[in-house]
Amino acid sequence: MTAAPALPQLPKAPTGIDGLDEITNGGLPLGRPTLLCGSAGCGKTLMSVEFLVRGIQEFDEPGVLMAFEETADELAANVTSLGFDLKQLVADKKLRLDHVHVDRSEIEETGEYDLEGLFIRLGYAIDSIGAKRVVLDTIESLFSGFSNQAVLRSEIRRLFRWLKDKGVTTIITAERGEGSLTRQGLEEYVSDCVILLDNRVINQITTRRLRIVKYRGSIHGTNEYPYLITEDGISVLPVTSLKLEHEVSNEVVSTGVPGLDEMFKSRGLYRGSSTLITGTAGTAKTTLAAAFSAESCRRGERCLYFAFEESPQQLIRNMQSVGMDLQPFVEQGLLHIEASRPTLNGLEQHLVTIHKLIGQYQPRTVVIDPISNLVSVGSITEVRGMLTRLIDYLKVQGVTALFTALVSGRNANQEMTEEGVSSLVDTWIHVRDLEGIGERNRGVSILKARGMAHSNQVREFLVTEEGIRLLDVVIGPGGIVTGASRHTQYLQEQAASLAAEQEIERRERELERKRRVLEATIANLRTEFESVEEELRRSNQEEEQRHQELAQARQQIAAGHNARPGAHSAAAPANS
Amino acid sequence: MEPEQAPATTGPEYVLHLFITGATPNSTQAVRNLQDICERYLPGRVELQIVDIYQQPELARSERIVAAPTLIKKQPGLVRFLVGDLSDRRRVLSLLGLTPDPLDPYLHD
Repeated sequence: MTAAPALPQLPKAPTGIDGLDEITNGGLPLGRPTLLCGSAGCGKTLMSVEFLVRGIQEFDEPGVLMAFEETADELAANVTSLGFDLKQLVADKKLRLDHVHVDRSEIEETGEYDLEGLFIRLGYAIDSIGAKRVVLDTIESLFSGFSNQAVLRSEIRRLFRWLKDKGVTTIITAERGEGSLTRQGLEEYVSDCVILLDNRVINQITTRRLRIVKYRGSIHGTNEYPYLITEDGISVLPVTSLKLEHEVSNEVVSTGVPGLDEMFKSRGLYRGSSTLITGTAGTAKTTLAAAFSAESCRRGERCLYFAFEESPQQLIRNMQSVGMDLQPFVEQGLLHIEASRPTLNGLEQHLVTIHKLIGQYQPRTVVIDPISNLVSVGSITEVRGMLTRLIDYLKVQGVTALFTALVSGRNANQEMTEEGVSSLVDTWIHVRDLEGIGERNRGVSILKARGMAHSNQVREFLVTEEGIRLLDVVIGPGGIVTGASRHTQYLQEQAASLAAEQEIERRERELERKRRVLEATIANLRTEFESVEEELRRSNQEEEQRHQELAQARQQIAAGHNARPGAHSAAAPANS
Repeated sequence: MEPEQAPATTGPEYVLHLFITGATPNSTQAVRNLQDICERYLPGRVELQIVDIYQQPELARSERIVAAPTLIKKQPGLVRFLVGDLSDRRRVLSLLGLTPDPLDPYLHD
């Protein structure tokens, strides 16, 4: 632990070849020979030429190419397609091409000899430009020109030793032999690093693979790594070198379908996340994917759409029928539709195409529709490997990705994708046929959404002329209902509510009537009361009047006793 | 057509270039062998050039030298690369189109 960092690392010469430096943990052993072996058509020469050219262009290390099979002109012509201008590099004194022509018919052996001539040529070439890198392209050709194997072998051994002493990083290419790495057993002489290239045809599709057989004194990737010869040179794809340490974003982007957004608590998907839409045939996966890409374009973000089933024109036309006009986005350069048949290339080629286009367009959103078609190109393991790499790559780039996958009707219930990508993606949306009595309806549900709450409902959706519309959830007697049952349910509910309304109205009227009766009764009673009151008041008045009169009369009588004695009113009590 | 006139008009009959690597045993042996052959078989008929490619390394490339020593027979006939120290006298003579001289002591080595 304490002394570990102090240990010197084996110095390495970066190759500059895409991906190779990652798996060799920095490059080829510096100042030592590396054996590059493989069968015909593997790209040995190409890889070694790229090693030299990148060395010159990127690391300012001049190089010597000693070719035993191709002439300088042939070599220069062969690599111009990769954008390497060997002639210019030669003119700039950065590269020396030396074609060693060995022709048996011209050579006669007359005694003891060695290959000092080759050493001198090579030494002169190295010294004249101060080369740091050397390529010996198929040194085995010497075996066809000279018959003395013992001399050749000892001289080749001496050559490698000599190159090592000169401190040049060397690539020696060799043809793959039967049962051994190289035809002439050169691997015995090159003990530092051996890289094996392989060209395999599986199901009519060629995949090139690279493996580091040995790398003395260094950690290296031990797997077989697919590599490709692209327009920009060799591209090695590390299968598992990517680590899970990409940046994450809390920003949420819309799916392009408002109803679908609402099914997520955060109203959309996280930026930089990957989403999988699975579904059986005809469940509007492509429409959902197109809506997603259109939404991205509407935000002004570039979107790359890989269509493996439809041509761009077909896709645009079909999306117009659902009210989604992608044409303007294509014209603005926001949307790029890359359509190709999955069987066009091997998986790795697809991956590289995707990588390259992503590098070229720098999209914020990538759609691949569908990934399930890629299974037709490779085995499930390979597809899974490729998708793992792709998804990781997209995540590292911070690209929001959406994939669609077709699941077969029978397996739809299992809701398992054959490719096993479900564990790789962050969000999994499943669209399905809700098949009822005599009809099919489309339902969408969210199976998983990492890091956000989401609806658990299966929402029915319609593909209308205005795009995708999610319908409100209707709960019938037997759960959520869809389609015609939804309609029936709706009608029933409408009838019921009408009836209820009518009932309410009827009751209202009844109440009104009751009130009127009540009011009439009240009026009646009031009238009655009033008449009684009047009567009573009148009789009360009469009584009062009578009282007053009586009192008056009494007073008069009392007064009369004084004025006229003997009034009969006073006599009466006397009489009684 | 006129072989007897050819040397007169086009220079020497034989043009031989020997490429050696300094004073290594093979090189020394090759020089010795070639000089002997020239003296014995080709007096006055040869233009001989001995090049030390240590001294002139750029020639190694232009003359397509791989092995050392190498004798290049440029004339007459097709160009031939005679690789080695030229010890196989019979073979060298036949490649140069010369008839072995029975008195040549090296023939029976």
